[in-house]
Amino acid sequence: MTPLRPRLELLDAALVERVLGEAFALLLDPGVRVRSPEVAELLAAAGASVADGVARIPEGPVRAALVTVPHEFALHDRAGDPVVRYGSGEVHFDPGSSGVHVLDPETLEHRSSRSADLVRLVQVAEMLPQYAAQSTAVVCADVPAAIGDLYRLFLVLLHSDKPIVTGAFTAQTTEVMIDLLAADAGGRRALEARPRAVFDVCPSPPLTWTEFAGSNLVALARAGVPAEIVSMPLAGGAAPVTLVGSVVQHAAECLSGIAIHQLARPGAPVVWGGAPAILDMRAGTTPMGAIETAMIDAACAQVGRSLGLPTHAYLGASDAKIVDAQAGLESGISAILGALAGIDMISGAGMLDFLLCQSAEKLVIDAEAIGMAKRLMRGVETPTETLATAAFREAGLEGRFLELAETNRLFRREQHLPSRVIDRVSHRTWQEAGALDTFARARRRVDEVLATYRRPVIPVGVEAEMVALVRGEARRAGMDILPGVPAR
Amino acid sequence: MTTEMTSEALFEAMRRSIIDGDDERAAELAGEALRAGVDPLRAIDDGFVIGLREVGDRFSRGDMFLPEMMLAAKAMKRAVAVLEPELDRRAMKRQVLGRVVIGSVKGDIHEIGKNLVATMLAAAGFEVHDLGVDVPFDRFVEKAREVDADIVGVSALLTTTMTGQRTVIETLAAGGLRPRVKVIVGGAPVTREWAEEIGADGYGEDAAQAVTVARRLVGAADAAVV
Ligand code: B12
Repeated sequence: MTPLRPRLELLDAALVERVLGEAFALLLDPGVRVRSPEVAELLAAAGASVADGVARIPEGPVRAALVTVPHEFALHDRAGDPVVRYGSGEVHFDPGSSGVHVLDPETLEHRSSRSADLVRLVQVAEMLPQYAAQSTAVVCADVPAAIGDLYRLFLVLLHSDKPIVTGAFTAQTTEVMIDLLAADAGGRRALEARPRAVFDVCPSPPLTWTEFAGSNLVALARAGVPAEIVSMPLAGGAAPVTLVGSVVQHAAECLSGIAIHQLARPGAPVVWGGAPAILDMRAGTTPMGAIETAMIDAACAQVGRSLGLPTHAYLGASDAKIVDAQAGLESGISAILGALAGIDMISGAGMLDFLLCQSAEKLVIDAEAIGMAKRLMRGVETPTETLATAAFREAGLEGRFLELAETNRLFRREQHLPSRVIDRVSHRTWQEAGALDTFARARRRVDEVLATYRRPVIPVGVEAEMVALVRGEARRAGMDILPGVPAR
Repeated sequence: MTTEMTSEALFEAMRRSIIDGDDERAAELAGEALRAGVDPLRAIDDGFVIGLREVGDRFSRGDMFLPEMMLAAKAMKRAVAVLEPELDRRAMKRQVLGRVVIGSVKGDIHEIGKNLVATMLAAAGFEVHDLGVDVPFDRFVEKAREVDADIVGVSALLTTTMTGQRTVIETLAAGGLRPRVKVIVGGAPVTREWAEEIGADGYGEDAAQAVTVARRLVGAADAAVV
């Protein structure tokens, strides 16, 4: 007997078909803007008609791509274990990526993120099992912008054993980032066999593959490094206002991306991902914590899964400016919905302020929501032979359940054990412990977690190779010291 | 007297058409004004602009929504398009608060925020020339010279493209347009400190602030707040 896996499906089968039908129709009319000549050539050779930078893509090559695209692949940790298994049905979480601020836990200021902040975020995420992967969580203001993307990856590689969700900002730095990963893996071939990182690549809404995004997809495919298409329809702003209309646009952007990617190299791993949002019509912002945003994500993932593809979404983030009740409810609700939707990789934890601001304190709180989501996903299990009668035979009508061996044996599996961030003590105990609110408890927890952090053991030669690579890039960009690099 | 009454009613209808975002009606009313011999400048300033101001004002207060503002701006555009030939014929020029050239800087294709700022500036009474996204540095200079701009607005959403805001300022200076042409900058990663560091004249955290700053720069600060 297996427990019923709870599952959220917002579309019925007929609607999924309609979504795909209209997405294929969009690929023909109006077509997809492709700014990269290389991408345009690939599509034209496969039967698309390309004129004035617009490719009209018939269903054939897209269907062909859907045949060659892998339905499963894994990201590996430093030891080479496949700990993130895209397409396996397991839900994974990682912190939101590319913030430009961090929330200062003392002053509550949103200040520019620096190398030291990224290292701190990585250390916290490293020690929390809820995060299956790291992300290149913030850019570092103390590092020249020209090498900002590769430097983030470098710091994560130096401080973590986990797989990494990352992304590049330019073609040149993509190459360096792949070199860094190859150094870490022990060569390009080893990297391909056991990739550690996935690169987010964003089409521009609506239906546009910019020069960089398009050629980035091609470069990643050719290198055999996993790509994650992060399509961002903004309902009402850069996509139809209806949720379902945005789901169609997302499908069209992902389908065209997969076609480009598989044309560059059939069989290379790629993810049906996204960071859709609604446009707030009062503030003109893109709320990541809105319920409709989560609904679009769930529906997009359902469409991707119907094609057998690995999925990704941006959830578990909040638009609040501090770690307050809004942050808790938006992050918690959307993390749960993402898990129920069965999304393989859910990015966004730690984020505030429309993905602009990362917070280590929020990361430890979000880890609790993720713990709860994971418990929910296991569902109501039946680990005992009888559901209750055997237990009653032992406990009798007095109900001595606490004394039963079964209770001791099973409670750790039946109950998710939260950290002390979640307050479950009596009012008096809470008062005696300083009457701390969630944020104050989170600050304590961050300190505890950091105290247990140990830097991974990296072979000296490998680290030296990475440092040498980055030192060269840094010099060219005008930076002589390497901030955030631990002394040997 | 009667004509005055009817033109008052006409102006009121014009204001309404903008607030309702009804571009058909706005164009129709503009045509009516021409046929009735109403001064096209008055039609704009005492009719349509009043409506647009109200929309901008209500949007800033959170009483009106983006789609309503966009439709209002569109209605305004259509009305002005109808009136323009007559303005030209009479060799009249619309009194604008100032001329703004705006765009998302080279390498940056984020446009939603920039569009919002452009719309709000137009709603506030500026003549706005939107260059779009991924705009080369000298394009800002060229356009600023062409339209005799008072202000150049540069939007950047990426830490990698932010540095382009400095380059635009330098390119404007090299073209001899500084300090006469003012520069305002904005975008999510842009801060007041950054704006100061690169020598920009103003910084706007959001569209409403962009308007305040732009008004200050053209010396319209104490005019009735739009
Ligand atoms: C939507 C979006 C996109 C869309 C843009 C769609 C479009 N047509 O515009 C797409 C998908 C294309 C995109 C692509 C990318 N994006 Co993007 N994107 C965003 C997102 C989620 C929202 C931006 C937005 O529209 N906000 C709503 C508007 C209303 O706000 P706003 O732009 O800030 O504008 C307001 C103010 O800033 C100000 N303002 C703006 N301009 C100006 C100008 C002047 C003169 C003044 C006075 C004021 C002013 O007023 C505006 C109105 O209130 C932001 C996150 C964020 N919160 O900013 C990331 C974000 C900016 N993107 C990011 C990244 C990394 C990218 C990519 C590099 C991703 C990739 N790896 O491919 C690409 C780069 C593409 C490129 N070359 O530009 C990062 C930047 C990180 C960094 N360190 O630089 C962000 C912060 C998200 C994140 N955390 O990862 N993105």
